[in-house]
Amino acid sequence: MRPIEYVAAKTVQEAVTSLAEKGDAARPLAGGTDIIVQLRGGRRQLDRLVDMKAIPELNELTYNASSGLRIGAAVPCYRVYGNAEVAGAYPGLIDAASLVGGIQIQGRGSIGGNLCNAAPSGDTIPALIAHSAVAEITGPGGSREVPVEDFCTAPGRTVIQSGEILVAIRIPAPAAHFGACYMRFIPRNEMDIAVVGVGASVVMDGNKVTACRIALASVAPTPVYAAAAGAVLAGKEATEENINAVAEVAQSAATPISDMRGTAEYRTHLIGVLTRRALQSAIQRAKGA
Amino acid sequence: MTTSDKKKYKVIGTTPIRHDGADKVTGRAVYGIDFHTTGMLWGKILRSPHAHAKIKSIDATKALALPGVHAVVTGKDMAVARDIEVEAGETSLNYMHLSDNVMARDKALYKGHAVAAVAADTQHIAEEALGLIEVDYEVLTPVLNGREGMKSDAPLIHPDQTTKIMAFRFDPGTDSGEKSNIAGKSQLKLGDIDAGFKEADFIVEREYTTSWVHQGYIEAQNATAHWNNDDNITVWNSSQGTFNQRQLMAEILKHPVSQIKMVPMEIGGGFGGKIPVYLEIPAAMLSKKTGHPVKMTMTRTEVFEGTGPASAAQMKAKVGATKDGRITAAYAELVFEAGAFPGSAVGAGAQGMFTTYNIENVLIDGYDVVVNKPKSAAYRSPGTPQACFPAEAVIDELAELVGMDPLDFRMKNAAKEGDRRADGVQHPEMGNLECMEALKASDHYKSDLGGPNRGRGVASGYWGNAGMPASCSIAINADGTVSLAEGSPDIGGSRTSIAMMCAEAFGIAAEDVHPSIKDTDSIGYQGLTAGSSTTLRNGWAVFEVTNQAIELIKARAARLWETEPENVDFADGVFFSKAEKELKLTFKEMTGKLMETGGPISVAASVAPRGAGPSFTTHMVDVEVDPETGKVEILRYTAAQDVGTMIHPDYVEGQVQGGAVQGIGWALNEEYFFSDKGAMLNASYLDYRVPTMLDLPMIDTILVEHANPDHPFGVRGVAEISVVPPLGALANAIYAAVGVRMRDLPMAPHKIVKALQEKNGKTK
Amino acid sequence: MASEKTHVRTTLNGEATEYLCETNQSLLEVLRDVLLLTGTKEGCNDGNCGACTVNMDGRIVDSCLVLGVEAEGAEILTIEGVATPEGLHPIQQAFLENAALQCGICTPGFIIASKALLEKEPNPSEARIRHWLAGNLCRCTGYDKIVKAVVAAANTIGGKK
Repeated sequence: MRPIEYVAAKTVQEAVTSLAEKGDAARPLAGGTDIIVQLRGGRRQLDRLVDMKAIPELNELTYNASSGLRIGAAVPCYRVYGNAEVAGAYPGLIDAASLVGGIQIQGRGSIGGNLCNAAPSGDTIPALIAHSAVAEITGPGGSREVPVEDFCTAPGRTVIQSGEILVAIRIPAPAAHFGACYMRFIPRNEMDIAVVGVGASVVMDGNKVTACRIALASVAPTPVYAAAAGAVLAGKEATEENINAVAEVAQSAATPISDMRGTAEYRTHLIGVLTRRALQSAIQRAKGA
Repeated sequence: MTTSDKKKYKVIGTTPIRHDGADKVTGRAVYGIDFHTTGMLWGKILRSPHAHAKIKSIDATKALALPGVHAVVTGKDMAVARDIEVEAGETSLNYMHLSDNVMARDKALYKGHAVAAVAADTQHIAEEALGLIEVDYEVLTPVLNGREGMKSDAPLIHPDQTTKIMAFRFDPGTDSGEKSNIAGKSQLKLGDIDAGFKEADFIVEREYTTSWVHQGYIEAQNATAHWNNDDNITVWNSSQGTFNQRQLMAEILKHPVSQIKMVPMEIGGGFGGKIPVYLEIPAAMLSKKTGHPVKMTMTRTEVFEGTGPASAAQMKAKVGATKDGRITAAYAELVFEAGAFPGSAVGAGAQGMFTTYNIENVLIDGYDVVVNKPKSAAYRSPGTPQACFPAEAVIDELAELVGMDPLDFRMKNAAKEGDRRADGVQHPEMGNLECMEALKASDHYKSDLGGPNRGRGVASGYWGNAGMPASCSIAINADGTVSLAEGSPDIGGSRTSIAMMCAEAFGIAAEDVHPSIKDTDSIGYQGLTAGSSTTLRNGWAVFEVTNQAIELIKARAARLWETEPENVDFADGVFFSKAEKELKLTFKEMTGKLMETGGPISVAASVAPRGAGPSFTTHMVDVEVDPETGKVEILRYTAAQDVGTMIHPDYVEGQVQGGAVQGIGWALNEEYFFSDKGAMLNASYLDYRVPTMLDLPMIDTILVEHANPDHPFGVRGVAEISVVPPLGALANAIYAAVGVRMRDLPMAPHKIVKALQEKNGKTK
Repeated sequence: MASEKTHVRTTLNGEATEYLCETNQSLLEVLRDVLLLTGTKEGCNDGNCGACTVNMDGRIVDSCLVLGVEAEGAEILTIEGVATPEGLHPIQQAFLENAALQCGICTPGFIIASKALLEKEPNPSEARIRHWLAGNLCRCTGYDKIVKAVVAAANTIGGKK
């Protein structure tokens, strides 16, 4: 790994200024569990890392039953799933946060970092999309908000512009009878990259689904919000047939490739299986909510 | 467990805390990667990005200009080593090939092949310098599959290579005279297979493949070398055999063996992969150039790409049986990818293939084929997991055709003492059938699977084990303790087992023996820590030195008691006068009297034992397969193995469990995933999927103690064989669970889903 | 380019420890190559084996994925800080008594990780132990005896033995 300048920013403004100075040659550092590996492996070359962990705003985790959840961009996974209130309200996010890497990774890696890393396989991203999460971005030109489904633009690329940082992720308060689930398939039981991941959320009215969101990982250059798949179920009964219909539409929303982690054919097959399973789990959770 | 006339021991068979335990749980043990010395530079290797390429030129000018860089070496700096083949424990080695593997000379033969090495002040500077070395390659078409490489129109990796035709392993053989990527063709033949197949009512013939897999030791290869001004070289490293490596260093560097000292540091796993030399050579060359000690360690990616994984294989197996379940004939063709240089373990694989069965007619053709992949090395029972996979899978199909329980079918055909192996050798006393019987009597066998999509599989395995020479020395201390020096790197607790045999002989506690592992200047010759031989052969060495010491002490007791040595005897830790019963002294009491009776006593001995008892085993596994995702969950696992006399039962069991889990990884998820250009795409622990703790149940064992009659303490090699059966056992269990025969390893989820879809007639 | 070294202040194994490091050095490199505390092992250097596990501010982390400069102000526990002058920690003792190590290279990481688990959850189930330790690879033991050692240590600490 080449020598690099390390700046521990104390405020959002300081971070923005420090990043803006270096343009594309600078990146924020939160948990470091992706970027340090990328720098060491030569997949990224930077002149400056701007550490976000000392900025108070990026380390706040706040939950309010009416306004929802705000996760500072540098908050590590363990703090999210370790918070009982948050865990109860955002089950899909908890599923994802508790299976990124192993315990060591979760002790450091942040959900904001997972989002900014913009891997097609980023486990928390479909979960965030299922939960209708919004990214709060601040940069030299001020602040803006971007729905998470619009955040990733290509492998490793996001809407974040030079000098901008992700400050927090905001998730609205769940509606009554809301349920969500994130499931992924990996060949082992831990420490793997998702072959396919599916985030699903529903709002139920009895056995009727009033709203449904489906998002997919590892099946396209970016995580995919399969809006059409969710729409299939909105306003319908949660029957096996209707759930299967969602799974079919989800399959058509994906453009998987064949690589060492799975063939395109297998991935398409798994989207169907996991969409069905994740939906069923989300519905069960909604009924219990 | 089953041997009724088991000897009574006081120390052997107990489970003392290992002598190196405190150091290893406190972080004080110094492994090869931990070694540090003053004035040390860091070395790094530049590796070929191409699987097959001519090296036209190497220009290190810019690298040498980088501040902090001290030296660069390339293949051109090396002498040409002798083109001769030598036996090296578990596989054979050719010095010239080994030298060319350590550093490419004219051609890079696999992605990751070393082409240059640099020494610098820090690792980071050395790494940066690698990027400044300019290599001009002419990229050639790679050969990436054994069967493809065998074709007459395949590009030749070694243009002058012809095929050596051998009747058995290490046979000098004859030469085909034809240029080919087939480096060797070997054949094992017993009886007449045509006649045997004529006798059969059922014949099953199938094709199988396995992928390249890696030993996956957690400590990467490393070496620190110092080429002193007096031309004495010292190397501190993590190795499975200091004396073997000293010889390899001497051959490659053209340097006298006597001027090379190999210092064994603690070793973080090996499983066969730390037998060859890699970094030791460039580290020594860089040290010579710079005058500094040079430390080199591999990254995990380098370990995967640049060391010696186990061969992929393409295999055919054909076995016939009569209606009443007697196997009449077996045929196999084994094509092993050797990697960039000849010397796969195909010969060992053939020797192990049908060996747990008594089959009168056997023919096994083995092919050792060079391909543009890393040069294969030994991996736990080398060659045998690959070869036993088709054997055990075909035999499972035959059992079904015959209508017999798979375990009963194996028991009916089990090889016994006196039966002949395919190479004609008669089996010595061993516990093959006992393992099968023990498994059949187990709770596991009797248990219900308890759910849908679940299945049970069994498979057996054989591994011959090795002998190899050993040396040790003991010094008797005045307080009744013994200092024990030996020279075999201890990978899994062997120093404790060796110390326990010493303690047993003297009738003292295991803790009263202090074992240490010495460098090549300080102890006699040792074979490799390989072939499951370390405890066995050092047990022999201990037997020699303790017997000699006892005789010497008897003489001292005789002097004390003013009698002749032949009137003194030793039993149960006590020296006593045969004539006068009141005259007796314990070992400890006697050691306190050595100084007054003639001075201290120390003894050294070297031995070269043969008669390594072979290993036999049968495993049973229950799985549940998710038919939608293809994922295999292991519900229950039992390994039954003939382990001979157990010195330290916990460490014996640990070997059985560890090997089984490596086999599970091999069967289900581990593989080298190559691009169509021959680049390994998954050279990290993220995507090379060794089993994690969460992927496994407890591994139950049934340890059958069939003592090795050819060993003073009944020791039989135990460490390797348990990696053999899981491949077949899991394939058979998956079939039992969901009805598909998986014939290509690993049995990854996507392959199982595809097989199920084909079985169910779905094309999508 | 030669980089300037950064002065970092930490509490390491209970003692105030200062070091100079380059910004491209990981905490693992600092521990091993600067402070010569080689008990923390390198297995993969990319966060996939857990051999370099240390406890940082109460959480287990892969020290290969932490920069040395990031440890400013942190409290770090490495394997060298687990035993006391009075003796081995019950987890260390349990690893020895249960033969939970063969080559031992993964052992420091497992002990640090297990210690954090037992401090948080004194009585973990087998499933929980396997989940918590899934980020630590062992290639020798098949894990069986490691699980048993952690259970045994929990019993010792809980006074059940």
